[in-house]
Amino acid sequence: MRRSAAPLLLLLLPAMLLALPHVLPRFHTYVAAIVLLTALLATSLNLAIGYTGLYQFGHAVFYGVGAYGTALVLTRSGMPAPVAFLAGPLAAAALSLAMGLICIRLSKLYFGMLQISLGSLVWAVVYRWYSFTGGDDGIHGIPLPDAIASPKGSYYFTLTVTAVCVFAMYRIVRSPFGKVIQGIRDNPVRAASIGVDVKLHQLASLVIAGFFGGVAGSLFVVVENSVFPDMMFWTFSLEVLVMCLLGGMYAFFGPLVGAAAIVLLRVYASVHTQYWSLILGTILTLVIIFLPDGVLGVFARRAPPKEDRGA
Amino acid sequence: MLRVESVVKSFGGFKAVDRANLHVNAGEIVAVIGPNGAGKTTLFHLLTGHLAPDSGRILFKGKEIGGLSPHVICRRGITRSFQVVNIFPRLSVFENVQIAVLSRERKTFRIFSPVKGMAEEEVLRILRSVGLFDQRDVGGDLLSHGDKKVLEIAVALSGNPELLILDEPTAGMAPEETERCIRLIRKLSGESGLTILFCEHDIGLVFEIANRIMVMVRGGTVVQGSGEEVRRNREVQSAYLGESG
Repeated sequence: MRRSAAPLLLLLLPAMLLALPHVLPRFHTYVAAIVLLTALLATSLNLAIGYTGLYQFGHAVFYGVGAYGTALVLTRSGMPAPVAFLAGPLAAAALSLAMGLICIRLSKLYFGMLQISLGSLVWAVVYRWYSFTGGDDGIHGIPLPDAIASPKGSYYFTLTVTAVCVFAMYRIVRSPFGKVIQGIRDNPVRAASIGVDVKLHQLASLVIAGFFGGVAGSLFVVVENSVFPDMMFWTFSLEVLVMCLLGGMYAFFGPLVGAAAIVLLRVYASVHTQYWSLILGTILTLVIIFLPDGVLGVFARRAPPKEDRGA
Repeated sequence: MLRVESVVKSFGGFKAVDRANLHVNAGEIVAVIGPNGAGKTTLFHLLTGHLAPDSGRILFKGKEIGGLSPHVICRRGITRSFQVVNIFPRLSVFENVQIAVLSRERKTFRIFSPVKGMAEEEVLRILRSVGLFDQRDVGGDLLSHGDKKVLEIAVALSGNPELLILDEPTAGMAPEETERCIRLIRKLSGESGLTILFCEHDIGLVFEIANRIMVMVRGGTVVQGSGEEVRRNREVQSAYLGESG
C-alpha cells in the first residue's frame, strides 16, 4: 500500500506547497514558511545525531549564528544580499568546525555537554554585546531585497532553498560518505577497524550539519525580518532534538515530520491554551513508548527475512 | 610478515601481556591458545591498534606498527574480526561489506555520488564466498549469531588484508556453524593464500587447522611451534593440556 501511495504523495506535496500562498491567508503562509525552515533545521541536526550518532545537543547555536551572520551583514555592511546569505551558513560551518575540533575529543554525553557549554558561551556573547548584536533586543527591521521582502516572495524563497538543501542532504546520506557515517554511528570501533578515520568523518559531518543549520537560520531572517538571542539558547536546541525524536531519527524524513508537528502544535494549540507543551509532552511520551523509532521509524526498519526463502 | 618482540601491556598493576613473542610468516595459519585471561585478546588489540603497547616491538612487514591507530593499521594490511560480535547492526549485510570495500578504496569522502550499486560486484563476490549471498538485504542485527560471526569475517576480508586476525571466530557457534566456519578459514588460506592469525578455545580445532601454534600463559609466550612441538612441551602440558591428558 505504501508503495502505491508514495508517488502520489510525491506529486501532491509539491503542488500543495506551491499553491499554498495563493490559497491560504497571509498568516498561514508565514506559518508554512516557519515549518519549512524548521524542518530544514531538524533535518540538518539529524545528520549529526541520527546519521552520525553524535550527541549534538547545541544545534540551535548554528541556527542562530547563521541568522545573525546574515542579519549583521545585511544591516551593518554595504555588501549585496547574496553575500549575506552565504556569510550566515559559512559562519555557522566555521563555528561548527571550531567547536567540533574541541568537542570531538570526548564521546557520547560528554561531547553533548561540552557542546552545550560552548554554545552557551556563544549565546552569552550575543546576548550581552549590545553595540554589535543588539543584545537581548536582537535586530529588527532587517532590510531585504525586494524580491523576497513580500510574504509570498519570502515563502517561495524559503521553499526553494529548503527543497534544495533537503535534497542535497538526501543525496549525502545515500553517498559513500553517508553510509560510512552510519557505520560510525552503529559501531565506531568497527569502523576504525575497516580503515575509516572516525574523527575526521565525524568532524566533516558536524561541519555539514552546522552549515545547513546556518542556512535555516538565514531563512529565518527572510521570514521573520528579525533575529534575537533566544533562537540559539540551549532550550531551543533541545526542542529541535525533540522534533527528531518525534518524527524518527532513523528515517530521513522523520525530523521533517516532527518539525512540522511541533511548529503547528505550538502555533495553533497555543491559541487555545497556554499549556500547549502539555499536549506535546503527552504525544511525545506516547511516541517514545509505542514507537521508539519515531513516527516514520516504523516504516524505516527492514523487514525480517521471510522464513520460506532459504528453504 | 608479523613479528612481535617481548611486548608488554599492563592495566594498573596487572600485566595482561608480559613479554609476549610471536612470529607469523606469509601464507601461514597461526593459532594463539591459552587459558582464559592469558592475554590473547589483549595481544590482538595491541596488534590492531586498539591498545598501545607499554614496551616491546611489533613489526609488520619490517615496520613498527605498535601504537598506531586502528584505521592506519588497517590500511597497512591487517584487518580483524572481534570476539564479541562487532558489526554495523543498522546496516544491511550488503552495506556492512560495502562500506568496508569503499573504505579500502578511499571513497568515503564522496558526498554526492549515490552509493547504490557502488562496488556491487566485489561485495557480492565476497558475500558469495562466505555464504551470505542470500541474506544480503537483511539488517545486520537480524542475522543469527553464527551468521553475524561470518559477516564479521566478510567485513574483515573486504579490507583485502595481507594478514587476517580472527579473535575466537567460532565462539558461541553451534557445532554445524563451527564446521562451516572452519571450512571457510581453510578455504581462505588455501584459495587466496591469506595469512591468518587466530585464537580459539576449541583445542581440537586449533590442532586441526593451524600450521603453527603459540601458547600463552599469564601474558607471556610459553612456546611457539608446530602442533607436535607444542604437544611435547612439558610446560604446556602442565599449564594447559595437562588436565585433558
